[in-house]
Amino acid sequence: FLAGFGSLMQDVLWCFSQVKGTIDTGVTESDIISTVEFNHTGELLATGDKGGRVVIFQREQESKNQPHRRGEYNVYSTFQSHEPEFDYLKSLEIEEKINKIRWLPQQNAAYFLLSTNDKTVKLWKVSERDKRPEGYNLKDEDGRLRDPSMITVLRVPVLRPMDLMVEATPRRVFANAHTYHINSISVNSDYETYMSADDLRINLWNFEITNQSFNIVDIKPANMEELTEVITAAEFHPHHCNTFVYSSSKGTIRLCDMRTAALCDRHAKFFEEPEDPSNRSFFSEIISSISDVKFSHSGRYIMTRDYLTVKVWDLNMENRPIETYQVHDYLRSKLCSLYENDCIFDKFECVWNGSDSVIMTGSYNNFFRMFDRNTKRDVTLEASRENSKPRAILKPRKVCVGGKRRKDEISVDSLDFSKKILHTAWHPSENIIAVAATNNLYIFQDKVN
Amino acid sequence: VFVRGLKRKCFDGEEDIEGTLAGIKAIPSYTLQRQSLLDMSLVKLQLCHMLVEPNLCRSVLIANTVRQIQEEMTQDGTWQMINTQSTGQASLDRLVSTDILCRSSRDQAEGKHVPAYGTFNKDFEGDQAQDGSETMATASSVQTPRNLQSNVWEMENAQENKGNFQKSLDQIFETLENKSPNSVEDLFSEVDNSYYDLDTMLTGMMSNTKMGHCDSLETFSSPTNTASNSNCKSDLNDLDHIVEILVES
Repeated sequence: FLAGFGSLMQDVLWCFSQVKGTIDTGVTESDIISTVEFNHTGELLATGDKGGRVVIFQREQESKNQPHRRGEYNVYSTFQSHEPEFDYLKSLEIEEKINKIRWLPQQNAAYFLLSTNDKTVKLWKVSERDKRPEGYNLKDEDGRLRDPSMITVLRVPVLRPMDLMVEATPRRVFANAHTYHINSISVNSDYETYMSADDLRINLWNFEITNQSFNIVDIKPANMEELTEVITAAEFHPHHCNTFVYSSSKGTIRLCDMRTAALCDRHAKFFEEPEDPSNRSFFSEIISSISDVKFSHSGRYIMTRDYLTVKVWDLNMENRPIETYQVHDYLRSKLCSLYENDCIFDKFECVWNGSDSVIMTGSYNNFFRMFDRNTKRDVTLEASRENSKPRAILKPRKVCVGGKRRKDEISVDSLDFSKKILHTAWHPSENIIAVAATNNLYIFQDKVN
Repeated sequence: VFVRGLKRKCFDGEEDIEGTLAGIKAIPSYTLQRQSLLDMSLVKLQLCHMLVEPNLCRSVLIANTVRQIQEEMTQDGTWQMINTQSTGQASLDRLVSTDILCRSSRDQAEGKHVPAYGTFNKDFEGDQAQDGSETMATASSVQTPRNLQSNVWEMENAQENKGNFQKSLDQIFETLENKSPNSVEDLFSEVDNSYYDLDTMLTGMMSNTKMGHCDSLETFSSPTNTASNSNCKSDLNDLDHIVEILVES
């Protein structure tokens, strides 16, 4: 059945649109993209990198003269969000890497976003200036002060057009509330509060108040020697401002209701899939650790990503997911090697499309995967410079598991594990996706007829 | 003792192993592979000592893996025996292909139970009969690693549970001057609890209140272990070393 755009995988052909970033073979560490996020209209696309910078792209207005361009994304603003810091007490560096960016819904002409590193969340205001006042009395056009005694005539300054300037200013700094590393931030549907989650605690903030936050989840054991589980991700429900979920390193998800208690240590719902005893190994727990959790736009489902799968859960069913998708099951026999080279600890994110009918997540070798929930079809695509001709249709990729390798397939042993797609984003209403491949940002769109 | 003691990745391991007929010895047993995984995990925990604060999630997952292996080895009774063969310090040179460990328990049940393990068992029982004190040593060596293991988290964060900023700083400086290993306990003994409830609050220095014990403890010499030919002591050696390094970070 046709349920709107993107619901039938065979009808969607993904094309290359743009790529941002340098082509140099040597990647500067600080250029590695660490987060990607569209704003609520899809007009803006923000990236954060390991160097603490935020780059915002804006979609250009579609022009009737060039219908095939479909609105490209161009740099709108670039700013340094976080700087490296040094914690003198612990003699440890605090990385400036931007872990997450979350947009606030637009309420006036300016745009607001939250960006966070391991310790500090900042609220940034991004605004345009296209006029400036001219005709001051006390200073001349260059800004130099005029001698008051030389002024004989008074005039009223007027606003004159100027070249568009986009300024980013930090409006709030929410610091000193996290002992552990922040992994998630989530804006509440009330647009007045947001939460920040670290390995052991979740704090609730009011946007207007920076010197105080409420601790709403604390899983730190009184005796640290009992620590066996950490918080890995957290998110507010898209519509119910009292509800949020958080995931753990043991593969569980807890849904909490803030109305029940100030400290939400007791969950309202607990989602966990029973372990398959026949699949048990020393790596079972590690691969069950959830690296990302996302509510569907409808608020009826949550999606979780663990090392090998993506799962969709119905909020009304706690004992198992309603859907499980294998991302790269061929890695199951390689877990010991992936443990050795630390790849098993890679944290992949996952995203919903606008209608919640398709889900997407990344893999290795610059592959990313999409799963259509309705047709149960899936596709593997690759973000690479070779496929980067304008409007070139992306060819599905396939990993060959054993035996004979067909011509276009790639064998498991040839996969490049240094090329990992951890961060992706899907436009809120259109088939436009942004895929971060190390230091490059790829933008793909569906084929325009 | 290992025919091929070099580290071998799972990627290229399978074809080689299955192709070798004469090389039954070339297939590391489940026990040896498990030991190799344990060694690898301990090395990883050591490597947590970095300039940037280590990833807590990763550390917890590795520590849980170590605990799992320890528990299984304790149940097997091989915890003691394995360490008679170990040369002490975990090192990457001794890592063997951990191919079998990649398989699920179902696969393992179908295949390859370990002839070498059977031999171990017999020898172990033999020793047990001869030397009752060995059992005591086994028990304590099993206990102590677990305590040391868990002490990792304790020592790393003990200061969070205890109090006064200024007082603790004084103690650290005092300890630095003393430079005695036992001072570690002194360091944590007398502080009061109330202050660190505030670590969920936010102003100024209250939050970054994990004390610089990494600095203070760096000056400590590693705990000395005397009878190094004792089985449990060599085991303790490994874990002491790890605890020390983890606490430093």
